[in-house]
Amino acid sequence: MPKFLLLKHYRGGPEPHHPCPPMDQWAPEDVEAHMAFQHHVSELLESNGEYVDAQALTPARTWVRYGGPDAAPVATDGPHPETSDLVAGWWMIDVESHEREVELAAYVSSEPGPGGEPLYEWIGVREVMWERPRTTDPA
Amino acid sequence: MIDEPKRQLDEGALRALVPRVLAGLIRRGEDFDAAEDALQEALLEALRVWPEAPPRDPRAWLAAVATRRLVDARRSEAARHRREEATHAEPWVGGPDPEEGDDTLFLLFCCCHPDLAPTSQVALTLRAVCGLTTREIADAFYVPEATMAQRISRAKGALRGRRLDQPGDLAVVLRVLYLVYTAGHAGRVDLAGEAIRLARQLTLATEEPEARGLLALMLLNHARLPARLDAEGRIVTLDRQDRGRWDTREIAEGVRVLQSALTAQSEKRPPGRYQIEAAIAALHDDAASASETDWPQLLAWYDELVALTADPLREDPAAALGRAVAVGHALGAAAGLRETDRLREAIGERHKWHAVRGHLHELGGDLPAAAAAYAEAARLATNVAERDHLIRQAARARAADVPASA
Repeated sequence: MPKFLLLKHYRGGPEPHHPCPPMDQWAPEDVEAHMAFQHHVSELLESNGEYVDAQALTPARTWVRYGGPDAAPVATDGPHPETSDLVAGWWMIDVESHEREVELAAYVSSEPGPGGEPLYEWIGVREVMWERPRTTDPA
Repeated sequence: MIDEPKRQLDEGALRALVPRVLAGLIRRGEDFDAAEDALQEALLEALRVWPEAPPRDPRAWLAAVATRRLVDARRSEAARHRREEATHAEPWVGGPDPEEGDDTLFLLFCCCHPDLAPTSQVALTLRAVCGLTTREIADAFYVPEATMAQRISRAKGALRGRRLDQPGDLAVVLRVLYLVYTAGHAGRVDLAGEAIRLARQLTLATEEPEARGLLALMLLNHARLPARLDAEGRIVTLDRQDRGRWDTREIAEGVRVLQSALTAQSEKRPPGRYQIEAAIAALHDDAASASETDWPQLLAWYDELVALTADPLREDPAAALGRAVAVGHALGAAAGLRETDRLREAIGERHKWHAVRGHLHELGGDLPAAAAAYAEAARLATNVAERDHLIRQAARARAADVPASA
């Protein structure tokens, strides 16, 4: 069964289908409904036997590179271009098919936003590559 | 190594034997690493044999089997290397059979060796003193079992060949126990409960008031655990907790332990950090409702706490931040906010600083500023439950502001 990452973003991706303010500016009951939906997704995936992992990332990002021989690592905390993608977190799922992964990503994107309306958030989908050697020869 | 099946036996009793047997082996001059491996094998043997033939003296049984394993291991090594002058000629370090508390203290000193990194000290303590399995410790810290096994094995490697009969550093032991406590309740193992159990044993072995201060601090905080999260797992802050759900027995024990520590202190020897923090926790636990909290008295204890360091703004900003909250409640929100201003340079980029500012702004009735501070705190938070809580706080403050400004 293939594994996929369903990625949520702080920013980046295609033009928002349904622009909305940051969550701390929503009505409290809309915040509750949104958070409840996130828990529900994890529970659903677990009960389906499709859940692998879920993690959230803080928005702070540092870029680091090798500084060269005898030099300290080079690190930068920004400023980063506001256009660059910034991942907020993911679910890793283990599903039967590409179709199932699209179905789940679309479901995640239907999460409730202000007024209980679906957010239509763009979800990034990436397939996870296999590490284990195959037990058959490639065709 | 020894994992799942151990649970079929009386796990608590078996676990309690681990530090005693291990301490006995190490006192006798055995290498920590080898003794720990041998004991793990003995435990494995125990769960195979005991269900059929329970021993009359489980502790002596484990010690005998572990010793046999050590001898076997040395023999095969000697045969391999033709080096007979191996370690079994080492002197007997221990005296007569010591009390259980002494065993625990001795082992804690071994595991909390100052040369080990804090993560290693914690892992080794849980393994050797609490008798947890590698899998259980890995679960508790959300790392793969192989990673934790490696961490433990490196820590044991670092202890190899060191003399472990020197008195250790009690301050390090206390810090490690507090680390175990704050790592909390994760996976199948209640780390907070383990830390309390160890601290309780430690107080039997030492007269040091700070050991009792630490035990009191843990008990007085642990007592509020049932009220700290609601049914949906959301954080409930101290001022909104259902105080009827606090554990009154733990509070009573915590207060008793704290009092016995404080009476051992004097003008010349003022109470240390854990006792002061326990006193702060006790004052919160003592209030029948949030509005009855004795803030002037809390502020007095926070003054003691920040007085422990020469430059608290830099050396102990967390204590100074706690004091700012007490100032806000005792002397007014504006005064509290002024205290936080002085901390901006040291911790202005930390979520906690913004969260406290949000609380103080809310206390002072400035809801838009409170919402903005909570939102910034949420952006900086590194814990999902805290982040969600702070977003809720921001949304709540904004919503509450609407009728006033509309």
